[in-house]
Amino acid sequence: MTRAALRHRLAERGIDRQLLLLAPALACVLALFVYPFAYGIGLSFQPAEGGVLGAYRTFFTDAYQRDTIATTLGLALPAAILNVAASVPIAYRMRGRFRGKRLLTTVLVVPITLGTVLTAEGLLNYLGPTGWFNRTLISVGLTDAPVRLTNNYWGVFFSLVITGFPFAFLLILSYLSGIDPTLDRAAATLGAPWWQRFRRITLPLLAPGLATTFCLTFVLAFSVFPSAVLVGDPAGETRVISIAAYHAAYEVYDYPLGSAIAVIMGLVELAVVAVVLGLRSLLYTGSTGGKG
Amino acid sequence: MTTFSELRLDGVRRRFGGKDALAGLSLTIRRGEFIALLGPSGCGKSTALNCLAGLLPLTEGSIWQDGDRLDTLPPERRGFGMVFQSYALFPHLSVRKNISFGLQMRRLPRDEVRRRTDEAIKLVRLEEHARKLPGQLSGGQQQRVAIARAVVLEPSLVLMDEPLSNLDAKLRLEMRTEIRRLHQSLGLTTVYVTHDQEEALSLADRLVVLRDGRVEQIGTPEELHNRPANRHVADFMGYRNLVPMRVKAVHGDTVALDGSGLTLEGTPVGPVAAGDEVVAGIRPEDLRAGPHGVPVTVEVVEYQGRELAVEARTEEGVALFLRAAERPAPGDRITVTAAPSRVLVFGAGTR
Ligand SMILES: Nc1ncnc2c1ncn2[C@@H]1O[C@H](COP(=O)(O)OP(=O)(O)OP(=O)(O)O)[C@@H](O)[C@H]1O
Ligand SMILES: [Mg+2]
Repeated sequence: MTRAALRHRLAERGIDRQLLLLAPALACVLALFVYPFAYGIGLSFQPAEGGVLGAYRTFFTDAYQRDTIATTLGLALPAAILNVAASVPIAYRMRGRFRGKRLLTTVLVVPITLGTVLTAEGLLNYLGPTGWFNRTLISVGLTDAPVRLTNNYWGVFFSLVITGFPFAFLLILSYLSGIDPTLDRAAATLGAPWWQRFRRITLPLLAPGLATTFCLTFVLAFSVFPSAVLVGDPAGETRVISIAAYHAAYEVYDYPLGSAIAVIMGLVELAVVAVVLGLRSLLYTGSTGGKG
Repeated sequence: MTTFSELRLDGVRRRFGGKDALAGLSLTIRRGEFIALLGPSGCGKSTALNCLAGLLPLTEGSIWQDGDRLDTLPPERRGFGMVFQSYALFPHLSVRKNISFGLQMRRLPRDEVRRRTDEAIKLVRLEEHARKLPGQLSGGQQQRVAIARAVVLEPSLVLMDEPLSNLDAKLRLEMRTEIRRLHQSLGLTTVYVTHDQEEALSLADRLVVLRDGRVEQIGTPEELHNRPANRHVADFMGYRNLVPMRVKAVHGDTVALDGSGLTLEGTPVGPVAAGDEVVAGIRPEDLRAGPHGVPVTVEVVEYQGRELAVEARTEEGVALFLRAAERPAPGDRITVTAAPSRVLVFGAGTR
């Protein structure tokens, strides 16, 4: 085979000189991400006692530590599901062009930029025992004692929804506007009422986007830390896995255990993402006929 | 299948932000007719079609199917088939599922869905491709799927929005015949949008010429071809030479004209009087190089198969398009003539 032919065959697989442009980015990734990551993994296999897997054994044999996985999943999965599920109908209503769409999307971006700490503070003031919400409930006479909505599971859950929803919504809105609107009209002329059009045309075309959005919001929610401490109950109900890692590494100074927890955290995330993306690969993932 | 004996559009108007995209379209479509909506880009053809399909609400006017008012029904309850300009095939469904979609929406028994889908696939000759996704088909095949999907429901009216505009010249001719064949063999009533006058003339029983949202003329292909009602329709019908001239004298059915460096005799469309400023419309193929006539200078010569297309200029510098059998050289002076019956004279009311 000639050199030219070889070059063509490589180019067909995406291998050509432009690949060199990736080099600087690759170097950064190696230096800032891969090395510390590998170092952390290495560290997790070097506990002070108990052999190579000692740190992992410590984590899994201690129910207090082990349960953080379930606690975190119990927060992150419902929050991610709710964020995605609530975004779909709203984005569906908003997919067309209308006045004030830009304003609305801007308003929705604000919670992302505020960050979790400010959100947590707002939540404490609003939903706390002496916040407006409870005062209103009491003055209307719906309850006698304040409803506990902060410093427990619900506080963290609300915080995850507030910060995660805009993110999920904006992603889904952009996936939706990538679907050619004439497909919906075509289905209408074929006699499909709106729910059939949604179920058979829009939803299947949107599903891969939903999977991606779910993965991203889930990963964001799974590594929850500030709100679990600020509006949660960090010693009990909302002792999430990141708190366990922080505790091990910076309060007990057991770096190997901290690293092991971080690795476990990554593996759990990876498992969920793999399941979701595995399901996604069963769906149609080609062109959606839209503007992309 | 619900059929009708006639479908009536009554002053249908559609506005976009204070500007009329369609200004009062009135038209009666009889069952079995093939109607073409013809006009330049942006004249409101798609708007008219979408109003008929129910995809755009009307600003004014009404649509009647025999005695029933139609314009208040949503598209899914009108029972019209539509072929979109972009085909709008469902990308995640196979050819077969695309075609059976409408039948399934009607909740027909499974056997019937299968039988009618098979028939439709056969009708458009896509048996080998039935399992493919639309993205794996060529443009012509996709277009056939779009047609099959629309006609499998045996709709009372089929709407087509420039279905051939994305195809190459050869395939266009083939598909044109195919569409006419389907229209006849299935006994469809069709409204067909196009900006290609040749396509409209060859397909339609009646043509509706639109310009700026207004109807310019409605008539049979012969009527439009031979007697365009005004110079805009003439322009669209292939009267490439539209020359401003003056009426010298009126002799019964014909008038003598001069101006723009030409002297001609023509047939008036509408009333004209001596001294009027008019526009003379002549097709290139009716303007012939011959031994007698008006002298012009040849500028460009194009070979077009059997004939030569010539662009020439009169002594006053007005460009003329004509046909010649023998090859003149650029710069040659030739003389041209046209039969009076082939020179249409558009007076003040029809300019
Ligand atoms: N959604 C819309 N909003 C505003 N103006 C519109 C809209 N749709 C169409 N128009 C305007 O209405 C006029 C008619 O549009 P229409 O799509 O009917 O043209 P058309 O005859 O189908 O042209 P083409 O041959 O290019 O498809 C155009 O001037 C267009 O700009
Ligand atoms: Mg159009």
